[in-house]
Amino acid sequence: MSLRGGRSRETGADGKGKDGENLAVKVAILGTGNIGTDLLIKIQRKSRLLQAALFAGVDPASEGIARAREMGVPTSTRSIDAVLDDPEIRIVFDATSASAHMKHAPLLRAAGKTAVDLTPAAVGPYVVPAVDPELEGVCEPNVNMVTCGGQATIPMVFAVSRVAPVAYAETVTTIPSRSAGPGTRANIDEFTVTTARGAQMIGRAKKAKAIIILNPADPPILNRHTIYTVLEEEPDREAVAASVTAMVETVRRYVPGYRLKYPPVFDDRKVTVMVEVEGAGDFLPKYAGNLDIMTCAALAAGEAIARRMGEEKAEGGGRA
Amino acid sequence: MSEKRRIRVIDTTLRDGSHSLSHQYGAQDIGRVAAALERAGLDTIEVSHGDGLGGSSIQYGFGKLTDQEALRAARAALHRTRLAVLLLPGIGVKEDLEMAYHEGARVARIATHVTEADISAQHMALAKEIGMEVIGFLMLAHMEPPAKVLEQAKLMESYGADVVYVVDSAGAMLPDDARRKVSLLREGLAVAVGFHAHNNLGLAIGNTLAAIEEGATVVDGCLAGLGAGAGNTPTEVLAAVLDRLGYETGIDLWAVMDAAEDVLRPLMPRPQVIDKAALSLGYAGVYSSFMLHTHRAAGKLGLDPRDILVELGRRRVVGGQEDMIMDVALQLAEKRAKAKGVL
Repeated sequence: MSLRGGRSRETGADGKGKDGENLAVKVAILGTGNIGTDLLIKIQRKSRLLQAALFAGVDPASEGIARAREMGVPTSTRSIDAVLDDPEIRIVFDATSASAHMKHAPLLRAAGKTAVDLTPAAVGPYVVPAVDPELEGVCEPNVNMVTCGGQATIPMVFAVSRVAPVAYAETVTTIPSRSAGPGTRANIDEFTVTTARGAQMIGRAKKAKAIIILNPADPPILNRHTIYTVLEEEPDREAVAASVTAMVETVRRYVPGYRLKYPPVFDDRKVTVMVEVEGAGDFLPKYAGNLDIMTCAALAAGEAIARRMGEEKAEGGGRA
Repeated sequence: MSEKRRIRVIDTTLRDGSHSLSHQYGAQDIGRVAAALERAGLDTIEVSHGDGLGGSSIQYGFGKLTDQEALRAARAALHRTRLAVLLLPGIGVKEDLEMAYHEGARVARIATHVTEADISAQHMALAKEIGMEVIGFLMLAHMEPPAKVLEQAKLMESYGADVVYVVDSAGAMLPDDARRKVSLLREGLAVAVGFHAHNNLGLAIGNTLAAIEEGATVVDGCLAGLGAGAGNTPTEVLAAVLDRLGYETGIDLWAVMDAAEDVLRPLMPRPQVIDKAALSLGYAGVYSSFMLHTHRAAGKLGLDPRDILVELGRRRVVGGQEDMIMDVALQLAEKRAKAKGVL
């Protein structure tokens, strides 16, 4: 199966085509915790291309399951089994854990479903929508959303590297303690390593390092990120600043609370960029920008996949 | 006659002390200091970048040597003294710890902010698994009440820590605070309790003694009081004081004085004193390693370093957030420019 495709196809405001046929792609969310629930609310409120057909986990008492029921979304506590039972589900957002996704990935692949992996399992290639909005560089039925630190910092590394080669990138992500869930805490090492690897592979830095800090201040601080890049040669400052500003706008298209704190600071060949992310407050509080950027990015990736599926259908099955 | 109570002193001249040299120790310096510390009878010395393994960065300053080179230089000079490393989860990674073990480190000190002990579980488990002694470090312990420190210390104990430290990273604790926290940990933990002081309020020796009186059995020092901010507890002074009080440390007092005076002092770029910036750290409760970075930011933007430090304290910035120094400095500079515009 390929995710490669051409131009996008128009749909109406309600996700229906001209003749009233429902073109929205049926999706499932695995994992009924904070991330899964926030993503569900975003799909229900904002997406015309995706239809939440199943919200599945293992805990019948989870707050997320109750919220999904209130919204009229089918739920299950049979987790992956429930997803595999429904042949109409084509995209599966996995917001469980890295170890669970390692088990889910081959099953979803065998069932012909595309996985959007929000865990650090990184079975498939990393995806950062600001860098590759239509997922043109991806031809796997499994994509990985890196980490929240990666989603916020990699676009800035890429913004610099597309105008001036980056010898070294270093990202510092500060997360308000209250929005660092047990998964992040138990996998802090993977989080650090994966963020750095993403800055290299997607941000195109020759070398990279990532630093993660939890801050327990109350009231909580906003999720913030400092992105340092060291360039191979003296940069054209205007070009770098313009590229950074343009990239911030690109990210804001799907993460409205993403913003630059100050214009980039130049120091010989070193560039310092500081951004903060205010969450949309859909399910999680606004300070949890680190979780919001993950669900926003996953939604953007899911919609890009749905657009391709629409094209493939149009190409394969004749014009509607 | 009762037996003298034994206190284990861990010297961190080659880790915390490296802040004072902006992490620029050379391999020869490390070899000489390590050899002098072994001659003085120290049972454990810590060698790492000031911000722990993997700390060499733009954020914290690049080390002259890699952690691996520094460990090799120390290892080559040691026969009996044990080698410790520091690791802050989120900065250092498991691979760094494995490297350190391979280079001869047998003690892993895993440090988190005082409220975030649960991010140490992964690295403590790895250290245990490869056969290292594990010491938990609860940093900026002045920021939370004793019950919270105990709750977090118990987490570290449950992950396998053999010792849990109360760490006064800001040099902001007063002796009573040190007493309350150490005594509560002593009651509530089965494992040993440690104490790490900074001298920003001139209380490093006093707080360390208060901690020992309440039952701490492992304490830190640096030769000549080297270290972040106004520095740590001077190892040679601590050795003399503990000797006079009748504690057994195993340290040869003359040899540790020689190490401080003859070996370390020539390497020091400036005297280790409580200047106004260091005092402001203790007063405002700010992480001691922010000091030299704050001087640089203040110099660049023409600000008073004390204004930056007090604002950082007000925002309850934690260890590792050195990027906030420039953030706050830029905001203060912006504010100043606006005020001038109005006039």
